[in-house]
Amino acid sequence: MKKLVLPIMILLFILHQDFWLRENGSLVFGILPATLAYHMLFTVLAALAWVMVVKYAWPQFPEEDDEEGSES
Amino acid sequence: MTQTVIVIFYLCLLLGLGYLSGRLFRGNSSDFFVASRSIGPVVLFMSIFGTTMTAFAMVGSTGESFRVGVATYGKIASASALIHSACFFLVGLPLWSLGKRNGFHTQIEFFRERFESSKLGYLLFPMLVGLIIPYLLVGLMGAGTVMQGVSRGAFPELFPETGGAVPPWLTSLVISGVVLYYIFAGGVRSAAWANTFQTIVFMIMGFIAFMTISSKLGGMQAASAMGDPAKAVRAGNITELQFLSYCLIPLSVGMFPHLFQNCLTAKSSKSFRLTFIAHPIAIMLTWIPCILIGFWATGALMPDGVTPVIPEGASPNAVLGIMVGKLTTPIIGGLVTAGIMAAIMSSLDSQFVAVGTMFTKDIVVHSLGKERFSEKQLVLLARGFICLIVLVTYLFTLAEPRQVFSLGIWCFSGFAGLFPLVFAAIYWKRATKAGAYAAVAAAALSWFLLFQASGYGANSSFTVGGAMPVVVVFSSCAIAMIVVSLATQAPSQATLAKFFRK
Repeated sequence: MKKLVLPIMILLFILHQDFWLRENGSLVFGILPATLAYHMLFTVLAALAWVMVVKYAWPQFPEEDDEEGSES
Repeated sequence: MTQTVIVIFYLCLLLGLGYLSGRLFRGNSSDFFVASRSIGPVVLFMSIFGTTMTAFAMVGSTGESFRVGVATYGKIASASALIHSACFFLVGLPLWSLGKRNGFHTQIEFFRERFESSKLGYLLFPMLVGLIIPYLLVGLMGAGTVMQGVSRGAFPELFPETGGAVPPWLTSLVISGVVLYYIFAGGVRSAAWANTFQTIVFMIMGFIAFMTISSKLGGMQAASAMGDPAKAVRAGNITELQFLSYCLIPLSVGMFPHLFQNCLTAKSSKSFRLTFIAHPIAIMLTWIPCILIGFWATGALMPDGVTPVIPEGASPNAVLGIMVGKLTTPIIGGLVTAGIMAAIMSSLDSQFVAVGTMFTKDIVVHSLGKERFSEKQLVLLARGFICLIVLVTYLFTLAEPRQVFSLGIWCFSGFAGLFPLVFAAIYWKRATKAGAYAAVAAAALSWFLLFQASGYGANSSFTVGGAMPVVVVFSSCAIAMIVVSLATQAPSQATLAKFFRK
């Protein structure tokens, strides 16, 4: 899964460039301009991508760094 | 009048919160600067999110949406949804780990040790503080314009020169005073608590403002139908190159000194998990109402069906304040204004603490030695420097105003331009001291020359060959780092062993 993190992030970056909606002025549900609705969906996808990272690709830290409590 | 009373009540609440957290303050510099590294996931998320959402996100986004349309969300907010979390992951987590292991309190301490150079801090310090000042300015200017917008006509005898509105200089002064009080009471812990409280306040109030304004305009569909169709599309408002180059700007979070310090307060690496996931969603919940309000403002009419809500020639900075002032009840207007102040103050507090920490740790203690000062003296020094920076920033607010969004972008471009420095420091063993000097100098010089060419932010459409100036600043920094590092001697094995674990 860790190997998929970078490709997923690159894919999201490409999806961010919604040039295909550049001139689309229609209103989704009569409220949201198309590009705005698209980027809202994109934001949710970005959050889901980070759920995957947290769940499957969380880095390991040396044990002493993860000790809870005050610094000396 | 009602709005002003509600805002004053809210500010008193914050003073009370500052007093309470001050009673928990341990009185030592570690508690003041990094809350003894004891902050858990929820407060860490609220604190980091509250810090990144400032007048830029509320006042600036509404004004920019009004000026150039809804593409404002895509060019900066949704890009931030992806890239901010990436920065927390790629930079925040490793810096937290290195900071905890080596006892760092500031970015500069980290860079000095990583690049084996004491003097590097003296080069970085003025640049970081110099970039924070416009950021603080964005907050104080935003607070001033919003308060002026919603309080118009409330005090005709007291403030005749502003049409009876609370003048921006007074709002900026009061806001600075309140934030100074609660951070002086309890340092970064106080800031973290206040951020948590204020993040909740501004998200709830933003939602209330959004619902009330849409209802007043006849519902969301009617409000969107009023919006200027030319502002509903990217074409004609932003080029593809500008849109692409905007993606570099969110990298600024990787170099914000106050976010570095926020990251150091984390109890454990697991404290960051909530931030990664919730940050993009919280960005969306904050920005979308503001973007839509700005879009609606392009064509919104008063209930008489003739008079535009936004008078011709109004400053983009004033759009949110005018929409709230004209289209909500005084009580809701007051609550929403308190929410906007909350967003602004939740960034100012962390920035104040960060500049105080940098001055104390990176300049005073580093050059004169820690043994010369007691814990109380260190905290006092930090407070003194914070007051000086607040005073300088306050004086800037009295000068000719700039567009909040534009000034914010310039500030973020400077920090984003320095991103190659922190990225190389963490991930590139071959990055050297000379490379770091060259990178900082290249970023500083290119940023300043471009900022000057834009009339110090007065030209809000300034680009370089069609791209955002951040591309030049970022590239200069990256190229200088790579070329000079490869041409100079690699760091010592001891340093590499300290910063790069096998």
